[in-house]
Formats: sequence, structure tokens, C-alpha cells
Amino acid sequence: MKSGSTTAACIALLRRDLTLIWRRRGDALNPILFALIVVALFPLALGPEPENLRRIAAGVVFVALLLSGLLALDTLFRGDYEDGSLEQLVLSPHPLALLLACKITVHWLTTALPLLVVAPLLAEMLNLPHAVFPVLLAALALATPLLSLIGGVCVALTVGMRRSGMLLALLVLPLYVPVLIFGAGACNAAQAGFPFLAPLLWLGAGLVLALVLAPLACAAALKISLS
Amino acid sequence: MNALTLWFHKIGSPPTFYRIAGAFAPWLFVVALVLGTIALYGGLFVAPRDYQQGDAYRIIFVHVPCAWMGLFAYIFLAVNAFIALVWRIKLSEILAMASAPVGAAFTFITLVSGSLWGKPMWGTYWTWDARLTSELVLLFLYLGVIGLYHAIEDRRQAARAASFLALIGIVNVPIVHFSVNWWNTLHQGSTVRLMGESHITGAMVWPLLVMALATHIWFFASVLARTRVGLLELEGGKDWAREVALADAPRETVTAHG
Amino acid sequence: MPAIDIHDRPALLEARRLAYARNEEPIFGPLDFALHEGEVVLIEGDNGAGKTTLLRVLSGLLEPTSGEILLDGAPLTLAKLSHQVALLGHQPGLKGDLTALENLRFAAGLGGVRAGISPTTALAGVGLEGYSDVPTRQLSAGQKKRVALARVLLAPVGLWLLDEPYANLDLDGIKLVNRLLELHARRGGAALITSHGAYAFTSGTPRRIPLRGTLRETVGEGDVA
Repeated sequence: MKSGSTTAACIALLRRDLTLIWRRRGDALNPILFALIVVALFPLALGPEPENLRRIAAGVVFVALLLSGLLALDTLFRGDYEDGSLEQLVLSPHPLALLLACKITVHWLTTALPLLVVAPLLAEMLNLPHAVFPVLLAALALATPLLSLIGGVCVALTVGMRRSGMLLALLVLPLYVPVLIFGAGACNAAQAGFPFLAPLLWLGAGLVLALVLAPLACAAALKISLS
Repeated sequence: MNALTLWFHKIGSPPTFYRIAGAFAPWLFVVALVLGTIALYGGLFVAPRDYQQGDAYRIIFVHVPCAWMGLFAYIFLAVNAFIALVWRIKLSEILAMASAPVGAAFTFITLVSGSLWGKPMWGTYWTWDARLTSELVLLFLYLGVIGLYHAIEDRRQAARAASFLALIGIVNVPIVHFSVNWWNTLHQGSTVRLMGESHITGAMVWPLLVMALATHIWFFASVLARTRVGLLELEGGKDWAREVALADAPRETVTAHG
Repeated sequence: MPAIDIHDRPALLEARRLAYARNEEPIFGPLDFALHEGEVVLIEGDNGAGKTTLLRVLSGLLEPTSGEILLDGAPLTLAKLSHQVALLGHQPGLKGDLTALENLRFAAGLGGVRAGISPTTALAGVGLEGYSDVPTRQLSAGQKKRVALARVLLAPVGLWLLDEPYANLDLDGIKLVNRLLELHARRGGAALITSHGAYAFTSGTPRRIPLRGTLRETVGEGDVA
């Protein structure tokens, strides 16, 4: 009688979560629609002059994706918490941090990746110069996993709370500030013709650290929340 | 080593700490008020006018000590949070949670006083320089810790969750400061800079230091008072808490219990 | 039926002065008991007596306020425990959008599988043979309970912690649970079950531990051999 290998467990978990998302694939559109609406509000609020929009384009796209991700964050653990599967994950013989990393990965793939695909459209809606697009995508590709990982830790702290939306936003936004600054900052720098590599590297460094530390912190936070 | 650990254990016991804190707190408040008054007098009347800013600079006698306290309180919070998480010591949990509102208040005063200073200094109430922005993020961190603590039913679990958040947050503060600094260099349009290197003359220093001392003492007095309340909340069912409540009860109730 | 000599080795699970309090309100304890291989122990108590909390403490999800738990004679850690324990909690731990079989396959992937059993045979073993393709959310509460039992059946562990295993089940279901417990005990496993009813465990009466605040264990009418 021996438990399966950890790799098998991770694959089983990845498979299960992807299957679950596929069975409700209509929901995957929601973050995209939200981001579209948010971006559309800005020209409506500021006027359609291309010059105005061009200056704020990168920042607005970033904020829209950030807020979208924030709304989607709740679904990371809620389903599993409500039907008791989360407890079973904690009780499984495999490192919880690794299992949670798998869950966060699937969550990013299914909420943030579609947004990355839509980002050029959003940028175009705000007249972002095409030359900046690659920098925008690179910055988003580095920033969105970072946001998912940091968000995962905060969601773990509030798992199971009803109406935790506002509290979650309060917890998570101070931690999101540096990511936003470096991400949008890289785009703004590129747009103004300044060197933009440094902030991207900082994002990359942050991402590497978060990949290692965030799942561990998430596991610790979850154990506190479930106790 | 043994005598020291024994002393720690004794101090850490709720009834003992409750008594000691109750004895010290009022006096600490009084001392803080006295020192604060002296410092304010020194800052507002005795210290000379600044040749650049005139009298407007005098707000630093409130602004700077409060800024120091905002950070000190967070470090105090983080240290206690760490002890609470690793060793699960009840008193540390309560000390950590007690210091959060006090730190938040100091940070808020820092922001408001800084904003009031900004008007005569730069012509604006708010500016997005590194220090002000980091201070704002620090305030949000405090509010998050307080919010999380009050959102969970089980007091001890709430303290642990909030302590965990505080530890994550403390890593964030220098990161935010660094990132905002970088961001300011990027947007070279902003010519606002704070006082620059402070070349503050001797006559101006002493009120600042006295106020710093006063705020430190106020902080401890406040934390002790809040901790007493926290201890009663947590230990409400225990005998010592009941005795305290009965001791404060009006005469008739006491005789009814015999 | 050969009797397993339960006094040869250290108890599978032993609790010493185990107590739990929340917000300084005592939930249960101090409790002392030992569980040996081949035993089934019933924890009784009214609603709110702390049965679920006790199981969660024994499973490692909660830290006891005082006292200790020993697994095979050594102090408990969640890491050690997770290899040896299966918990049937209040909720079935199943995803509604997955079919019963998919849920069991996931459990098999996550926790491994006992020798000689597979998700399909486990599902048949709990009487849900034709239901392997039904989404779990469409099953009745009793059927969900059976799938959850199948999950426990699959787990390659010796110790079962079952919280209200009889809840939501009809007479056939109750007999099923008793049968599974019997087989498990005969295999050398052990189980701790909670219930607030007085359901008969057919092969002898299980040892009972009443949970009413701070009572100690009272030994019942004999152990399962």
C-alpha cells in the first residue's frame, strides 16, 4: 500500500482543474469582457482625442488587467473550499505548496492568458503606438503571473469568508503597487524612448522569487485559514 | 539564562501583564503629554525661523516624529507577529494587533501633516514622490492588517492570519519605496523634491528629539492600554478575568456573590 | 476468524489529555484513548459536542490546544499522518462538475490506490455501478456519500476517520458502511467514526467514546477482533 508519486498527483490535479474549467468554459469570457468595458470607459470619460489616450494607454491596459485578475482571484479556492476538496488537498501526502502552485498555474492559464491575447486589442483601442506593443506584452507576460502568485497568497488568507471582495482588494493592492509601477513604467519608458529593460528585469527577478516563495506562503496561509 | 526565561514567562502571563500594564500605562500617558507639550512649545516658539521656509517648516516637529513612529510601530508589529506565528505566544498576538491601530494613526497623521506642509512648500496638497506614496501604501498595509483581524471570528486565528499578512507587508514596504523612487526618476517632469538633505541646525533639533521621545512613550502607553483590553477579550472566561470584573463591580453585586 | 493481538505493538493512534478550545470556549477534552489495528471506535455526542472538531484535530488539520497525539508511538506530524489517514469530512470532497468516476480517478491520482482495487471496482463496491458517468452534482445526497465512501475505500491507508458516515444514507447504505468497516478492520485497519445516532455496528459493538464536554473514555462492550 503506497501513495502515488508527487508528479502523478500534480498531473491529476492539473487535469482535474483544466477539466473543470473546460466544463464551464463560458465563464472564461468574463474577465475579457470586464477588461474591455473598463478600457472602453476611459475614452468615454476623457474624450476621444488620440493624443490624450495615447499617453495613458499602457497604464490603463495594465490597470484593466489588474482589476480583471482581482475579480477572478476569488475563484481560485472558493469552489474547492465549499465542497471540501481543499481539505483533501491539505491532507494529501504531497507537498501542499506544489499542489497549490499547480492550481495557481491553471488559474493563470485560464484567466490571465486570454487577457494577454486580448491586450493588443485593448491597446489599439487607446491608440498605443505599435512600437510599444512588444514591450507591453513582455511586461504583461511577466506581471500577470506575479499578480496571480501574490494574489494567491492573499486569497488563501481570506478563503471561506463571505463577501471578502473589498477586504481582498485592500490586502492585495499594496502588494500589487510595485508590479504595476515596473510593468506600466517599462511601457511608458519605451513609449518615451527611454531604456526600458531595467524594470522588465526587476519584474523578472520578482517573478522568479515569487515562483519559489509564493506557493510556500500560500500553503502556510491556507493552513492558518483552515484551522 | 534561566532567571531571564522565568521572568519572561512571568511577564507573559496574562494576569501579570494586565496588572503591570495597568500600573504603567497612565503614567506613560502623562509623561508623553508633558514631553509633547514641551516639544511643541520648543518647536512652535523657541526654534528659530527657517531662512528658506519661514514658519511653515515648523510642522516637521509633528510630521517627522509621526513618520518615525509609523515605521517603528510596523517593525514592532512585525516582530511580535513573527513571535506569534512561530511560538504561538498569546501575548505577542495581542501586542501585535494592539500596535496596528496606533501605527495606522501615526501614519495617517504623517500623511495629513505632510499634506498640510505641502501647500506652502510646493503649492500643492499632494504629490506623488517616493516618501509620500510609500507612506500611503504603509497606511493601506495597516488598514489591511486591521481589516483582516476583524474579519475572522476566532480571535487567535484572526491574530495569526493578520500577523502573517503583516510579515508579507513588511517585505513590501522597501520594495514599494524603491519602485516609486525609480518611477519618479522616470517621469522627469516632477521637480518636486522634499527638503533634500536636511541641514537642520542645533536649535531646531532638540524639540524634534523631545517630540520623538514623546511619541515613542505615547505609543507604548497606547499599546499597553489596548493590550489590556485585548487580554480581557481573549481570556474572558478565565478566573482572573472574572476577578478583575468583580473587583470593578458596584457594591451590591459583590455582596450578592457573598 | 483469527484474532489480531492488539496489545503487541504500540497503538495506531493514541490521544493523551487531548483538548481543544476556540476563543477560550472548551470544545472537548481532556480526552485519553488509544486505537489499535483492527478496532472500530465510535465517538458519540449530540450536535455541537465537538465530534467533527475532534476528527479534524486527529487528522492534523487543527492543532490541539493541549495534550498530544501519538501515531504508532511517535508524535504526530501532518506529513506523517497524511500517508496513513483518510478523512471523510462533513462535505463529500467531490467536484460537482466531474462524474463520480472522474472524482475517484482524481482521488486515486492524488492519494494513490490500495492494492487490488481500482476506481471502477470501488464505485461498484459502494453500489453505484451504473452511475460512473453521471455528474456528481446530479447525484442525491446519499449517492454522494457513497462516492465519498468509495474514495475512502480506495485510499491506501490504515486509519479511517469518518465523520457521520451514516448521515444521508438509507438502510442499505447503513449496512454498506458497516460492511466496509468490518472488512477494513479484518484487514488490520482501524477506524474512528462519529455519530449522533445509535447505529448498530453489526460485528460486535464498537468501543464508544462519549463526547460531552470533559468526560473521559468509557470502555464499551468489547472490541472487534
